[in-house]
Parts: sequence; structure tokens; C-alpha cells
Amino acid sequence: METFSVYVPKLAPKYEGLVPGHRFCIGCGEALAVRLASKALGRDTVITCATGCLEICTSGFPQTSWNVPWIHTLFENVGAVASGVESGLKAQMRKGKIPEKKINSVGMAGDGGTSDIGLQALSGALERGHDFLYLCFDNEAYMNTGVQRSSATPYGASTTTSPAGKVSIGQKTWKKNLPDIVAAHNIPYVATACPSYPFDLMEKVKKGAETEGPAYVHIFSPCPTGWRYPVDLTVRIGRLAVESGVFPLYEVEDGSYKLNFDFPKLRPVRDYLKAQGRFRHLSDDEIQNIQQRVEKEYKKLKVRCQET
Amino acid sequence: MAKRTPLEVSVAVAEAAKMADVDVVAAYPITPQTHIVETLAEMVANGELNANYIPVESEHSAMSACLGSSATGARTFTSSAGQGLELMHETLYIGPSSRLPMVMSVCNRALSGPLSVWGDHSDAMAVRDTGWIQVFVENGQQAFDHILWAFRVSEDHQVLFPVMVHHDGFHLTHVIEPITLPEQEEVDRFLPKPRYPYALHPDNPVSMGCYAPPFIYSEIKRAQDEAFRSPEVKQSILKAWEDFGNIFGRYYMPVEAYRTEGAKVLLVTMGSFSETAMVAVDNKRDEGKDVGIIRLRLWRPFPYEEVRDLVKDADIVLVLDRCISPGAQAPVYSEIRSCLYQEENRPQVFSFTGGLGGRDIVVDDFEQMIDKGFEMLQNGSEKEFEIIGVRE
Repeated sequence: METFSVYVPKLAPKYEGLVPGHRFCIGCGEALAVRLASKALGRDTVITCATGCLEICTSGFPQTSWNVPWIHTLFENVGAVASGVESGLKAQMRKGKIPEKKINSVGMAGDGGTSDIGLQALSGALERGHDFLYLCFDNEAYMNTGVQRSSATPYGASTTTSPAGKVSIGQKTWKKNLPDIVAAHNIPYVATACPSYPFDLMEKVKKGAETEGPAYVHIFSPCPTGWRYPVDLTVRIGRLAVESGVFPLYEVEDGSYKLNFDFPKLRPVRDYLKAQGRFRHLSDDEIQNIQQRVEKEYKKLKVRCQET
Repeated sequence: MAKRTPLEVSVAVAEAAKMADVDVVAAYPITPQTHIVETLAEMVANGELNANYIPVESEHSAMSACLGSSATGARTFTSSAGQGLELMHETLYIGPSSRLPMVMSVCNRALSGPLSVWGDHSDAMAVRDTGWIQVFVENGQQAFDHILWAFRVSEDHQVLFPVMVHHDGFHLTHVIEPITLPEQEEVDRFLPKPRYPYALHPDNPVSMGCYAPPFIYSEIKRAQDEAFRSPEVKQSILKAWEDFGNIFGRYYMPVEAYRTEGAKVLLVTMGSFSETAMVAVDNKRDEGKDVGIIRLRLWRPFPYEEVRDLVKDADIVLVLDRCISPGAQAPVYSEIRSCLYQEENRPQVFSFTGGLGGRDIVVDDFEQMIDKGFEMLQNGSEKEFEIIGVRE
């Protein structure tokens, strides 16, 4: 893994779809991920954005941080709006109203906009088979409104609506497995990514954009504000999540699972949890509980990789 | 040559969308709109209409897909009704504020609960303030005509607002009427395709739907409202009707008067019941009663001047609403009354509510309303409101 810590800007495209001057927090994992994704997507892209951090930090009227055509309408409808963008462009090209050209229709939303309120619109768009790419930037809670729990919030995390207290460990449910739910739609390409692995992320975004039909990349986006860790640790936290098996990086191509980074021995989840304020209250027993769950899920994933 | 042919009104609406050569249709089936979208899907399946039909999973997504499609410059059509229109609610505000042209035919339906698939104007009134240009039509021919008209207005660069064409669920959607279908060449002449100036495309990147902090939100909303009520938009609406008349021979106006000459009592109606009311007016005129009717066609932006002008000589104005505003005055009544309040010689305005959830209002009912109007003319009235056609 250490080889990826070398900064190699020349290997990344120079193009920036998301330009400086945005209003993300210092150390934002989502900003990093979006910047990398926009490099991979290039100019011929139309972005549909959900309400959330990404929209708020990049679009305060009358300014914009976007170099590519970009539309925001509402919170829960990215899948549907992106369907419309894709269909509108395709129909006009077919009818000779605009020149034929490969244009990526890309939806971007957070974990709330994807796994909670936007799940229906996403499922509809996937099922209908639109030729589009959906990027979920998962920072594991409603960060834009002040760290409220979502169905993507991990077990044990303290948020403002799942606070840890005398009789509560915080979030009582296990994180909803969105990539699995998406994969159950039998779409051609599903992947997980993390900006701590920039080339892997760009590769997957590019692959997703080039895929004919629906593609989905679930991007783990560490959030220093909501997860309560020092702002210079974003990349490290992402790596710890991957190395501990909390957030494995894998692809599902035409139903076939492939683990991109396998580790003979997973790091203890304690290494990942202890750096973050949101997990600070967890007892050794609870950490052990999480450890077991992570191992079980990781094993399940590996079995799937062997089977498919 | 245009041909006159018996058609279900829903099929006629679909024919109009086809003749408008729409690029994208995104719709979710709901009674009483289903025949419109079924017909369009069939046209696409048979290759008669070169469009992308998006069979979305909800009305919220129908309108959302329309927003995306329209933003790329594609000619975009959808249709909905009742609960569907309500599920769209928050999405409806986006088109006008982002100035996205598109056309929606609304097959007016009551709102739950209790569930009712039948017609009234509750759905239309719930979306009154969404910023769409809205017209009500009275028969199948008008429904057909106004789809074409709506695209022409909506896509005019002076306008760029989405347009709703309201037509009554079942009373119009499911009846077969003789409809005059024009030649495609005539439609093409009436309805050119101006290129949407801010289309989402990599060649000219724009950011659409940026959020507005308090320092600018008010200015943006004022600009939207000023544009919406501007003379340019009004002119475009009127010019489109005039050009339509010149090409197709059917002329329309924001408010249509019927036998209003010297009328002391005036009925005000919207939608398909207007035609029934006109029969009642004929009957009462035969009896020598000075009664007329004005029918609101343009609902938003509201035609204040036209209404004042047509009402100025009446003593009693009877407004029919097909919607209840719980705890307050009925919406059309309230609008008409407020429109007339500053007038020096304002008539007395009385509110009738009826025709809810598919309940019919027949010629007799209208005649009784008119009789009540003349009674008021003689004796005045303590009451200002009455719900009609309802059992005790």
C-alpha cells in the first residue's frame, strides 16, 4: 500500500472539473473524491447533483465551482433527473437536433440522498437501464444539516440524532449495504472506491462512465467534521477503513465480484475506530462486536468473489 | 386538409404531443390520465413518434426526469392528475425558477382522502402558486389545441416557463368527441423549435439550480415573478392564440365571455362544466333573464384586466369552485372577489362550491344558481357561500 502514498500528479489528468474556490471543510474526503472523479470523467460530462454538502459547497449563487455542465434540482431525485438528462441528450442526437457525441450523464449524491430519500429514484433509474453513472459520496450521515444519522451510518457511531448516551451506544443498526442493493439490480458495473486510493478511484469512475448502461460507484468519503478526527487524517482514515475490512474495495462486473485490494490479515478495526470521536465511547465489548461483524461481512464478500 | 374525426379526448391529447414531435415523455400512470400515456407509449413502440418514453417509478421522478430532459433542450411532455400532481409538488417549483420549458396535461382529479379518482379542481388549486402558466380547457378540441399552444408559449425565449393544460378528469379525458386534427405541415408552421438558450451541454457549460443565500433569494424570486407577469409573457400568450386562430381557425382568449351583453347576473366557471353552464344561460336568456357567463381560460398569470373589464356592468357575480379551501373562501371566488375589490362599482360576488370528486353539475343546477343570483339582485343575501348538489 505504501507505494500509493507517493504523490504522482503527472499520472493524473491535469483537467479539473471542480475548480478551486469551493466551500468544503478543510480535509473533506468528499471534495477530494469529487475532484478525482471529475478528472476521470473529463469535459464531456453533464453532472446531476443532489442537495447536500456537494451542492452547497460548490454552487452559492451567483458563483459556481463547476467547469462542466451541472444541474441541481432537489434532494431525492438524482436518479430521475439524470435519467432525463441522458434521455434528452440521446433523443436529440438521434433526431439530429444536436451532434452525436459521447456525453457522460453522471449523478452525484451523498449517502442520505442515495440510501435513504433518493433510493427509489435510484432504483428506478437502474432498473430502466439508463446509460448513466451514479456516484454516491458516502460520509455516513447527513453532514450538511449537522451530522444526523442515515441508514449508511455505521453501528456504534454517535451522531446528533443517534447520540451515544447513558443507555445508548449511538447508532443501533448496521450500515445499509448499498453497493449490494445496487448490484441486486443486475446492472453491468458496480464498484466501491475511496479517495485514499486515488488511481483506483479514477480507474473505477472512468470504467463506470464508459460502461454502456447503468453504473454505480460507492465512494467512501471520510468527513473530519462529522467523524471528529483531525483534518490532516482524511487519507489515513480512508486507508484504515479499507485495511481493516470496514470498507473493502471491490467491483461487480456483470455479476462477477472482484476484490481489488485483498489483505492476508486485516488490521484490527480498533485502529480505524479509535482515531474518530464518533466512536470514542465504544466499550471493548462493542469494538469486539464490530470486529466480528466486519470479519463476517468480509468473509462473505470473499466467498462471493470466489463463487462468481 | 384538416380532418374531423371521433376521438377519445385522451387520445387527442396524445395526438397533439405527437404532432408537436416531442423528444421525451416521462410519465407515471394514474387514473384518469392513463389513456394519454398509454397512447404515447404505443406511438413510440410503433415508431410513429420518435421520442424517448421514460416509464418512471413515480410522479416525483416523472417531473424530475422532465426537468433533466428539458434542461438539455429536449422538447418534453408529461401528464398527471390528483395524487400524482401532489406527489410532484416540490418538483413543480423547479421548472419555473430554472426557466425550463415543458408541457404537462393535467387531468383534474380530487384529492384523497377519501380516495377519489374522479374529477374536481383540488389538484389544480394545490399547485396554483408553483409558477407554471396554467390554462383550463372546456372540451376535447380545446384540449388538443392547447397542447400545441402550450409548447409554443413555453419555448418562446420571452417566456421559458412550463405550462399546465388543465382538463377535467373523466368529464373530458374519457369521452369521445369529434376532434379536428390539423395537417402536420400546419402544426410545424405554428410550432417551430427554438433552441433552448441555456441547454446543458459540454460545449457551453452552465450551472443550473445553484442555491441562493438570503442576500440574493428575494431578488431572484422577484425577478421570476416580474418575468412571469411581464407584458412580454402576456404578449406571447396572446400572440400564440392569435397565430393559432389564423392557422387553424379557432380563436381563444384569456377570459371568454358568453352572452354577457347587458347581463346583470354573471356566472364565472372554469373547465368542462362551462359548457353545461352555457346551456343554462341560453335557457334563462330564453326566459328573458339578463344573464351571461365568463369562463376563465388563463388561470396563471391571472388575467385581472380582462376579468374587471368583463364584469364591470354586472350587479351579481356567481363564482363556481370545484374545490374547497377548508376554513377559508374557495380559491377562484377569492381570486375574483379580490380582483374586483378596488373597483368603484363592484358587483356582489357569491361563492358556489360543487362538482367535487366527480359529482355532476347539470343544467338544472346551473339554472337554480342563476335563479339564486336574480333573487339576490332583488332581495340581497345574508350568505356569501353555498355548497351545491350535496345531500344533508
